[in-house]
Parts: sequence; C-alpha cells; structure tokens
Amino acid sequence: MLSIIVFLPVAVAAGLLAFPRLGDSAVRWTWITASAVELALVLGLWLAYDPATPGYAYEVNRRWIPSVSSGYHLGVDGLSLPLVAVTAVLFLACAIYSLRQTQRIRSFAALFLFLETVCLGLFVSLDLILFFVFFDLSIVGMYFVIAGWGHRGAARAALKFFLYTFVGSLALLLGFIGLYLSAEPHTFDIARLAEQNPLAGQGVAGTLVLLALVVGLAIKTPTVPFHTWLPPAHTEAPAAGSAILAGVLLKLGTYGFVRIAMPLLPDTWRRYAWVIVIVGVLSVLYGALVALAQRDFKRMIAYTSVNHMGYIILAIGAAGLIATSNEQAHDLAVAGAVTQMVSHGLITGALFLLAGVLYERGHTYDMGSYGGLAASAPRFAGLTAIAAFASLGLPGFSGFIAEFQIFTGSLGATPVATALAFLGILISAALFLRAYQRIFLGPPRTAGGTTDLTAPEAISIAPLMALAVVVGLFPRFLLDVIEPAARTLGDLVSR
Amino acid sequence: MEGTMTQELGLLLPEIFLAASAVLGLLLGSYLPRRRQWLIHVLAALACLAGLVSTVLDWPEPSTAVFEGSYSIDIATHATRVVVLVSVLLVLGLTADVRGHRRETEFVVLLLLSALGTVLLAGTNDLLLLGAAYLLASVPLYALTAFAKDSPGTEASLKFYLLGALLGVTMLFGIMLLSGVGGGAGYAALAGGIPDAPKAAVAVGVIAVLAGLLFKAGAVPAQFWVPDVTQGARPPVGAIVTTIPKIGAAVALYRLVAAPLGLASLDWPLLFAVLAAATMTLGNLAAFFQTDVRRLLAYSTISQIGYLLMAVAAAGRSTLALPSLLLYLAAYAVTNLGAFAVVCALPAARTLTDYSGLRRHQPWLALGLTICLLGLVGTPPTGVFAGKLTVFTAAFDAGFVWLVVLAAVNTAASVFYYLRWIAPAMRSNPTTIEHAEPRAATTAYLAAPASIAVGVLAGPILAVFQGNILIS
Repeated sequence: MLSIIVFLPVAVAAGLLAFPRLGDSAVRWTWITASAVELALVLGLWLAYDPATPGYAYEVNRRWIPSVSSGYHLGVDGLSLPLVAVTAVLFLACAIYSLRQTQRIRSFAALFLFLETVCLGLFVSLDLILFFVFFDLSIVGMYFVIAGWGHRGAARAALKFFLYTFVGSLALLLGFIGLYLSAEPHTFDIARLAEQNPLAGQGVAGTLVLLALVVGLAIKTPTVPFHTWLPPAHTEAPAAGSAILAGVLLKLGTYGFVRIAMPLLPDTWRRYAWVIVIVGVLSVLYGALVALAQRDFKRMIAYTSVNHMGYIILAIGAAGLIATSNEQAHDLAVAGAVTQMVSHGLITGALFLLAGVLYERGHTYDMGSYGGLAASAPRFAGLTAIAAFASLGLPGFSGFIAEFQIFTGSLGATPVATALAFLGILISAALFLRAYQRIFLGPPRTAGGTTDLTAPEAISIAPLMALAVVVGLFPRFLLDVIEPAARTLGDLVSR
Repeated sequence: MEGTMTQELGLLLPEIFLAASAVLGLLLGSYLPRRRQWLIHVLAALACLAGLVSTVLDWPEPSTAVFEGSYSIDIATHATRVVVLVSVLLVLGLTADVRGHRRETEFVVLLLLSALGTVLLAGTNDLLLLGAAYLLASVPLYALTAFAKDSPGTEASLKFYLLGALLGVTMLFGIMLLSGVGGGAGYAALAGGIPDAPKAAVAVGVIAVLAGLLFKAGAVPAQFWVPDVTQGARPPVGAIVTTIPKIGAAVALYRLVAAPLGLASLDWPLLFAVLAAATMTLGNLAAFFQTDVRRLLAYSTISQIGYLLMAVAAAGRSTLALPSLLLYLAAYAVTNLGAFAVVCALPAARTLTDYSGLRRHQPWLALGLTICLLGLVGTPPTGVFAGKLTVFTAAFDAGFVWLVVLAAVNTAASVFYYLRWIAPAMRSNPTTIEHAEPRAATTAYLAAPASIAVGVLAGPILAVFQGNILIS
C-alpha cells in the first residue's frame, strides 16, 4: 500500500514523458488527477490508521542491499503520517495552481510528480540509506524546478541551492555511516538502530556523529547560520516550486531530527540539547528581524520560514533538555514541533502561491510598487489577510495551536530562550501587518486596477487556509495521531 | 601434466577468447574488403559475449590459481572480466567514428588486446606477469591514441608513450628489486620474504612498482597524461583510455596491498590513503574551470580514481573493501562510458557552451547525459552512489575517517563542474545541435539506465562480489 502511494506519482510522470502526443491540457488534467488520487489514498491511509497501536503501520520490509544490511523498509507512525498528508495536499494545490502554466508543462508536471514520490518516500522511509536516497533526489528535483522555470537569477540561485544542500546531505551520509559502523551487527535500519542505541556512552564518537547529522539536517531545515541558500532559492523559484520547497522540502530537515537524530542518539542529544535550543532561538530572532527589513514580498516570506523553523528547533532542543525530568512537557514540545511542521506547510505554501499571484499581476515582488490592491482584488486581499494572520500565529489558526504547545512545552526547560523566542512572534506580527498595509491598503499605485484571483488560484489556495483553520479550531483529529508518537519518542530519548 | 595444463587453460577461456579474436581479427581484416570490415566488430562482440558466458558459468567454482600460482581466478578476476568485457561491448557501440576507415580492423584488434592486458593485470599473482600485463595493456593504447594521425592525437600519443615508457622501466626496476630481496616474484613467496628483507630496498621496490600501476590508473602523481590523451585522441579512444586500463590497475593495486604488502612493516594503507586524497582533490580542482567537455571528463576520471583508491587503502582492514571496489569499478565503467557515449554522439560539440540547448532537439540524449553526470557525482540511486557508499563505509571502517570526510567534501565540490555541463544542456536555448550519431546515442541510452540499474541492484551485485582475493 505504501509502495503504491510512494511510486504512483513517478509512474504517472514516466507515462507523461512516454506519450509525447498527449496535449497540454491532457497533461494538466492527468497531473491533477494523479495528485487527487494520491490525496485520496493518503486520506484512506489516515482513516484506517489506529494511533493506539504501537510501532509502525503499513510496514513493508524487504531485503535490498543485504551486504550492508540496508533494506527497503517503509512504515508510517504519528510523526510521519501528518507530513505525508500535508505533502499530498500541497502537491495537489500546486497541480491546480499550475493550470495556467504554459511553459513546458509536460516536464514541469513530470518533475513535480517525481518530487511528490521523493517527498512521500522520505517521510515513510525507515532505513537510513533509503532516507538518504530520497533526501538527495529531492535536491536534484528541486534544482531542475528552480533552474528550469525560475526567474532571471535562477541559474545562480539553483546552483547555490544544489551545492549548499548537497554538502548537507553528504554530512548526513557521514553521520549515517558512523551510525552503521557503531551498531552491532552493522545495520542501516532505523527501527533496529533505535532499539540498539549503538552510541550510548561513547562520548566522542556520539558527539561527532550527532554533529554530522545536525549539520546535514540544519542545512536542509535551514537554521541560522546555514540558511543563506534559502532566500535566493525562494526568490528565484517559480511560485509552485517555492510552495513545495517551503511547505515540504524544509520539513525533510526537521523531520530528520525527530526521526533520526533524537531517537538514535538519545543521550548525546540530551547532552547537547542546549546548543540546539540556542540555534533555534537565533533562527527565530534572526529570521524575524531580517524579514522585517525586506522590501521584497517573497524574500520576506522566505525569512519568516527561517523564523518558523526556529520554533521547531527550539521545541526539539527543549524536549531534549527535559526528556528525563518532565515527560509531559517533552511530549507537548514534540507534538508542538510536528504540528508546526504541518501548519507551516499549509500556511507558507499558501503564502508562496499568493506571492506568485502577486508576481503574475505586477511582475515584481517589490512591495513598494504596489498599493491599494484590496479595492480592485478583494478576494486576493482577503485570502492574503487570512494567510498573514495565520502565519503570525493568531488563535483560531493551526499556527497558534503549534506555537502554543511549543512555548508551553519549552517554558519550563528554558525560560529565557522561550521568552526571547516569544519576541519573534511580535516581530512577525509587525512585519506581516506592515507588508499587508503596503500592498493592499492605501491609495492604488498601479493604473487600471488589478484582476482578482482566478478560479484555479482560488481553488488551490483557499483549501489550504481552510485546513489551517480546521486544525486551529478542531486540532484533536491531528493531535490524536501525533501525541502517541510523541510519547514513544519521549521514551526513546529519555533512555 | 598435460591434463592439468588443458584444465587450467579451460579456466582461462575469457582471456583466450580475447586473444584469439584479436589474432583472428587481424588475419580476417587483411583479407576482407573495406566495406565488410564490420565483421570484425561482430567477431569482437561475439568474443566478449562468449567470455561473459564462460565467466558466469565458471563463477560458482571455488577460487583457484593456475600456472603454478602465478594467476588467480577468484572473485576479483571474475568481476574484472565481466566489467572489462561489458565495457568493450559498450565501446564497440561508440566506434561509428572509424566505420569504413582504412584501419578499422586495427582499431578493434588494439582494443581487444588492451582489454586482455587489463584483465591479466587484474588477475596476476606474480610480479613478472604484472610487468608483461602492464606492457600488453599499455602499448595498444599508445597506438590507439594516435589512431587519427592528426597533430593533437600524435602529440598526446607521444606524451603518453614517453611517460608510460619511463614509468614502465621504473616498474621493471622495482620488480627486479622486489623479487631479488623478497625471494621470488610470486606474491606468496614475496609475502614470506618481504618481512625479513631490508626495509629500504622493499620501500624503493614497491614505490617503483606502484609508479607503473598508478600510471595505468591515472592517479597522482602519474596522472599528467590523462587530460591530454583524452582531449587529443578521438572521442571513442578517450572513452577507452579513461575506463578500461583503470579497471585492471585498480584491482592489481588492491591485490598488491592485500597480499605481499599486508605483512610488510611499513604503513602502506596510509600511503594509499594519501594518494587517494591527493588524486581526488587534484582531479576535482583541475576540473573546476575546464571548458572542453573531454578535458573535464578526463579530470573527473582522475578524481574517481581517487575514490577508488580509498577501497585499496582499506584492503585487509574491512570486509567491505573488495566488494566495494568491484562495485565501484562496475558502476564507474558503465557511467563513464555513458557520458562518453553522449560525447561521441555529438562529435561537433566540443565545449560546454556547444551543449547549450541540447534538450531542445535531443531531449533523451540530454536526459542520458544528466543521468550519467549526476551518476558520476554519486547521486542516489545510481551505481556510483552505491559504490561511494560502500567505499566510504569501508574506509571509515578501516579507520580513515579523515579520508571519508575529505571525499565527501570533494564529492560536494564536484557537483559544481558537473552542473556547469548539465545546466546549459537542460536549457531550451537556440542550439546548433540537431543531429546525433545514432549508434553512439543508442549506447548512451543503454548505459544511462544501466548505471541506475547497478545502483538499484547493488544488493545482489554486492552479494556476488563478496569474498576475498586468493593469495597463492
């Protein structure tokens, strides 16, 4: 079942490339249909998932490279299932949003379907090598999206993105090899490594492996000081590419922390959790402050991503500090981190698509060139307002639930850091309000008004916001899935 | 005695097929009219296929050594045979360049002879045979380099020959010295004699022998010929010299380190680790700003040899060393030939800018090129990724953590120059390229999926390559 979900999109992509006679509109609708089928399958997965059962659901475990005991091991639990769902939702949204895409639609669709396979595959991987394969392929796929369909400076930005994240992935690979060799018998299997806890009590080796993993994942996430690839990549990427990059690809990094770094190196993680907390707080504040200084709307959203990822890093760092002392706070912080991943995926995905709409209208992201759009494009203005409020963590939206859990969970562990991170919310509130005012309120600056959202734009963006509201108002359906997994993680980390 | 001789010859069928087809090809070639010379290609392909079949049928047999222990038939020899024969088959798909040429037969015969030399290089357990195999693997390549009789080719050939002759003589000196102080030319005898021999003599002898093998492998400090030959010779010859001799040389180095040097008191693995580090770094740095695609590929092959030497450094210290070396060789050969196949398919495109807009008229060729180049980077799930993963693991296991870190940094840096080629090729600029040579293009379409298949099937392949070399 999981294998079908993972490989269906890439099969459709191969089909699109194999039948060049298919017209452009047929390609578009095939893409949308495939993404919708994918979402339906994931929905089925969710409905049939029982959070109470321990371990992994829908597990598949086949031999792959037995000489290094790496297997084709898939499975989902409460940490991965929500991310799988967000991935399916966002890819469908991008498929619909790209209905009006005209430039080389066939390759574009094939590339996105390929990326969907890669992202889903990563979230369900329970083997380090399999994880790495998907991790690296995500870089390749996104490189071609940015280089092929980006704006003017795309070639440079894509190169920077590739090189930077590739360095990260190789650091990750070093860490994986270290984990493999320290386990007895040697294995790349995540579940068996988690059982073994191979580096327990081995100070230097554990520290070095954790360092490699943290650097690799931090580059992907990205956190300060490894974030410099992100703003150019986001600014130059096409709207749908940015939405996937921010909504899904950044989660590959944070997911790696909760899936690999924390459970596989529990005592080392606890020992260095304070470093993680500091990195998290720095990301929160730096991301927010730099976002405040931006004039470019898309760049601003890119920096708020650094800010939002910072909350996740803060939460998992704090969780490491209190894993042994306060179980409840630990579980709360981890659940908050996972909820934040879901919430950020929905909200920032929507914001980047909205930035794409803005660019379509005015062919620039410079906020100074817009003004008073609310008069001529009320639906656009309304949706952006909702997204902005959701992003700054207003109650009633998913971001609030996530950040509330993160702060409550972390406060006991690191009161000072949490208080500092709290400032981040204030700053992001200020910057979103200012940006909104500049673009949508005040006297119109563009002659002849601006066309409002088209149907594909509205249909792709509005459901993302609706979901953010649903999670914000009725979070139980999501938390019921996440919380048992957070507890399991707590047991692993407190060993 | 007669009976065992015949039996031993029976174990050498792949080598015999290569030698016999070379001789037969030369004879046939002198009688066939020029338009029928393609028959020689068929003969060569049949010899390779027959060699592959006999290797595979022979595989389950336990490792044996023939001719009084001077030549071993073990996992390493079997694997080398398969990789070399498959490489020759792929190269035969690139030779449209010489079709109908006056010396078409010579081309194929020289290719077969150098392939035979490289297989012998890999299987030998004896310094004297090593010297002979070195010459057999080298001399045909000097001639092939100058095949077109144009000035870049002749110049490259001269350089190649002079360096090869110098290092060949050095190697012969080392062979003399080692067998003198070590009490014999066979590796088994050497393994017994070296620990008691004077250290300085052993050190000089080994370094002199290594000079020849490193020249064949195209590794630092004997890498100077690689870029000039690859750029100066015809593209199919470039494909040959950067692929086929390296396979035999790498396995020969491994054998040397694992068998007689494993017991020596000097720290040979460390020397190989340093050579590996220097080779990969130098290859990468030099490749950075190349504009000629063949020169770029030449430097990229140097860096690949650096990664391969990591497995040699890990010889005897990690059970994964030999399987990882063989897997990497197989993956590297297919992937490198795939990249060269694209170069051969577009003989007019010489620089990176010439590839601009390739995907417009040749989307599949552009895709094949992308797969092969990303494969050379080591992007999963291609074969070189599986090779790198296992080689890194072996080196890590052998205690060379610094080397693995350096290799990872080098890998990341290599992305830069491969992307300098991929990026223009995938753009949809107006382009001068419209026509591609069909046979070489077909080879690229075969090699690119094969390079992925080696990665996806890394499990079974590694299982087959599992084992030790035979010291007899």
